[in-house]
Amino acid sequence: MTYLNLFWTFLMIGAVSFGGGYAMLPLFERMVVETHGWLSPSLFIDMIALAQVTPGPIAINSATFIGYQSAGVLGSVIATISVVLIPVILVGFVSARSESFKENKHVQAALTGLRPALVGLIFSSVVSVARSAYVDLFSPLLFVGLMALLWKAKLHPILVIVVAGVLGFIIYY
Amino acid sequence: MQPSLWHLFLSFLKIGAFTFGGGYAMIPVFEREFVHRYKYLKEEEFHDVLVMVQSLPGVIAINFSVFIGLRLRGKKGAFVSALGVALPSFVIILTIATFFFRFVDHPIVEAVFKGVRISVVALIFTAGYKMFKAHRHLKGLFLATFTFALVYTADIHPFFVILMMGLFGYMIEYTKEVNHHDVS
Repeated sequence: MTYLNLFWTFLMIGAVSFGGGYAMLPLFERMVVETHGWLSPSLFIDMIALAQVTPGPIAINSATFIGYQSAGVLGSVIATISVVLIPVILVGFVSARSESFKENKHVQAALTGLRPALVGLIFSSVVSVARSAYVDLFSPLLFVGLMALLWKAKLHPILVIVVAGVLGFIIYY
Repeated sequence: MQPSLWHLFLSFLKIGAFTFGGGYAMIPVFEREFVHRYKYLKEEEFHDVLVMVQSLPGVIAINFSVFIGLRLRGKKGAFVSALGVALPSFVIILTIATFFFRFVDHPIVEAVFKGVRISVVALIFTAGYKMFKAHRHLKGLFLATFTFALVYTADIHPFFVILMMGLFGYMIEYTKEVNHHDVS
């Protein structure tokens, strides 16, 4: 049953996955954390961090991780294949008709309209992730410090995660 | 020029194994390898593929590899390319996951991740802000706020919110287009 749920969940996620990984986090969260309970809210955030510090596409990393956690190695194979299934079929379809698709006004109109919505999705994920990540008054302080490293010092995102880990160790251990 | 399937597989495997930061970070690497280094694609063809990849749902790196694989070596090419780009992530995450779940309750790991989680908030916030900056107009702000309210406050399933907003955005953009043509 878990296999079927994994297949269905990741098929749905893959089918509407626009704008790179982050806009899809609310969908991941709803299905993976709330509906099926495969990950706890905090493990869900840990997974995002792990997907970020390891090479490769974030959606593949997440599918592999969630699949493994819920149903072992076979689960991760199923989740990974399901998340790319519909997009790959679409690529095959579009590739054969690339000339007509490239400047298709309908597709471009839908995408232009969808883009601001993706911003809304990302911020809804910011709020829910922030709520689970909050521990104590050090949390907002840490946030401000890390934002400064990211925006002002232009530190690489992976290094920002590493710095956050070191600070977490110093503060909480 | 036509690459061998093996070479296609290895090229994508290398990109999958050494590119951090997800699909968008891979795009310049794809360009360097396939356009400039091996000259399998012309600059122009590459940009056509890029437009199409961004117009379709899915994992950017996978869609890209399937497009390029199909174009260079047909269905087999698509298969080995996608396999190549996904395999390193798959193996690395599986390895980490087996260890991670063994140590996740350890106090040191717990302390480290209390910090790490805050950095995730900062990263997602930054991604959202960058995307917002590209569409900083009133309509965009309205649509973004509306979407936020639907997902977060009204608690509607994000899957339907995405479909709905696509349709809604389409109606706004397309009527604008039609009016524009009427005027000119």
